[in-house]
Amino acid sequence: MSILVNKNTRVIVQGFTGSQATLHSEQAIEYGTNIVGGITPGKGGQTHLGKPVFDTMDEAVKSVQPNASLIFVPAPFCKDSILEAAESGIELIVCITEGVPTLDMLDVKKRVDELGLTLIGPNCPGLITPGEAKLGIMPASIHMQGSIGIISRSGTLTYEAVKQTTDLGFGQSSCVGIGGDPIPGSSFIDILELFENDPQTEAIVMVGEIGGTAEEDAAEFIKNNVSKPVISYIAGQTAPAGKRMGHAGAIIAGGKGTAADKISKLKECGVHVADNLTEIGSTVAKVINK
Amino acid sequence: MNLHEFQGKELFAQYGLPVSNSKVIYEAEDAHKACRDIGGSKWVVKAQVHAGGRGKAGGVELVDTPEDAILFAKKWLGKRLVTYQTDEKGQLVNSVLIEECTDIAEELYLSAVVDRDSQRVVFIGSSEGGVNIEEVAKNSPEKIIYEPIDPLCGAQGFQARKIAKVLKLNNEQTKQFTPMLKNLMKLFIEKDLSLLEINPLVITSGGLLHCLDAKINIDSNAIYRQPEIAEMHDPSQEDPRESEAAKNDLSYVSLDGNIGCMVNGAGLAMGTMDTIKYFGGNPANFLDVGGTATQERVSKAFKIILDDPEVKVVLVNIFGGIVRCDLIAEGVLAAIEEVGVEIPVVVRLEGNNADLGSEILSKANIKIESINNLGDAAKKAVELAK
Repeated sequence: MSILVNKNTRVIVQGFTGSQATLHSEQAIEYGTNIVGGITPGKGGQTHLGKPVFDTMDEAVKSVQPNASLIFVPAPFCKDSILEAAESGIELIVCITEGVPTLDMLDVKKRVDELGLTLIGPNCPGLITPGEAKLGIMPASIHMQGSIGIISRSGTLTYEAVKQTTDLGFGQSSCVGIGGDPIPGSSFIDILELFENDPQTEAIVMVGEIGGTAEEDAAEFIKNNVSKPVISYIAGQTAPAGKRMGHAGAIIAGGKGTAADKISKLKECGVHVADNLTEIGSTVAKVINK
Repeated sequence: MNLHEFQGKELFAQYGLPVSNSKVIYEAEDAHKACRDIGGSKWVVKAQVHAGGRGKAGGVELVDTPEDAILFAKKWLGKRLVTYQTDEKGQLVNSVLIEECTDIAEELYLSAVVDRDSQRVVFIGSSEGGVNIEEVAKNSPEKIIYEPIDPLCGAQGFQARKIAKVLKLNNEQTKQFTPMLKNLMKLFIEKDLSLLEINPLVITSGGLLHCLDAKINIDSNAIYRQPEIAEMHDPSQEDPRESEAAKNDLSYVSLDGNIGCMVNGAGLAMGTMDTIKYFGGNPANFLDVGGTATQERVSKAFKIILDDPEVKVVLVNIFGGIVRCDLIAEGVLAAIEEVGVEIPVVVRLEGNNADLGSEILSKANIKIESINNLGDAAKKAVELAK
């Protein structure tokens, strides 16, 4: 079992012939991901990485029937690309690109929700189900098929959590980077629900950071709806107020969004919080081996 | 990106919002002419910095003569204004806004933000203006209204009437307020704002609504499509190292510790700062060198970190995902040589070819501590910084 993707997921890559898309599509294909083609307007009819290139999603849908899309187009064109995928009925849209204007995301999110589709990102590493499919930019080598579901707002922090759970022999059921933007396509809660219903997942690691109240909302959801153990780490305990810490969404504003608030709420709701970044894996071990 | 009050008011004026007659001056001697051009016998002079709390800090005054306006400008231009919102060094004043004086009957509050929970632009209004809105929210939440606006429909008349009730506007003022709200929403969308605040929005002694202040933040992700706004950027209001980093596409934030940090990824950069603190040290900065830690980027990052005289040791923490750690190690070595780093450097490499990477570092002639366990690397850095 897995969440969101598996070996049979038919993936179309938007912005296929760009350098980042080429690099990561190559690695995804090598990993066994079923990439069925790509889209680059103006390059329709060509072949890239042995796969067909289309001018429009409409042609791609008719020709290769994708059900997931992976987006690498530059930020100014992401709104267009996400909506193109959404209006063509692509059920799962993963947008890797960083720097999408927030107001573009307000419109996009509303439309994607109306259509009942799943959007992951933007500004994220994507998602992977070890041994099945990789839709993103994460290093495949650190992953291992296993029992831990991982959700994170940050790329490299996801890798830390993955590495630590691999080193301790747990492995991962799926890993989802929801991204560091203020308006993400999917929230912690959306993915927590999927892991709760996934038989392969025995425990969930949720990596959060300062800014907004997504972790507090997730804590409340976990208390009421998640029976599996949840382990969390929150980055930014030493971050000053009012400064954007790299990610557009990582900012403590008006006294809201501090790490301390998030940690105390998570603990209050029964989540096991790792005190330190280096203790994510050992906290998982403590909880599972209890 | 933040705007100055006078820039915010220029945008307000473009969108038909009521603002005072005013002039911006950059030289004290221009104050006299500015007062004469505006006319009247009383003026408000306001130091322009990217921070609130200017009034209490002496950065806003009411003057009766153009000579007093000159004195005020002389006092502040080129100086730094310290308010409760700035650090102890304060913000540089390089312009002064001179406005006609407005007679105030009531002070109200109006703002708009992108609200993460409702995923809408939300207008926030209160009958209590001129004070800290967070205090009002805590002590008298009933005096505040939150009105989300649908991104596709825009602000509607009923929403203006709803907010007007909470602001306790009379019928005439409500009629004035309705187009104001619509125009503010239009401004918010067309100029890619992330925050807009009018505190206070006043009712004048003549009974009219008037925007007495303007605080505007722009979504940095959208600057590429706002050339007019990009022109308004004032780097003097930012930490010089932060501006330099931004120019090089690096994300850097100054902190007050002595352990310089260079990390790939924003989340891991925060996690590294926290780990240093956890082991009893103090980070000097947040720095995200980006997904591809090439020699060029690492060199630039070293230069920015070392520009901070407080830094006693640098901790490099790279999770080699797609890039191989041996390549990163070579890049770090070359960068250290190029920049001439003289203080100790602790490097933690993890991920692809991490062992090969640390081997390369340990064979180098330069003094580098290569430690692959993050906890141990952080402890070492803390020890070296003492």
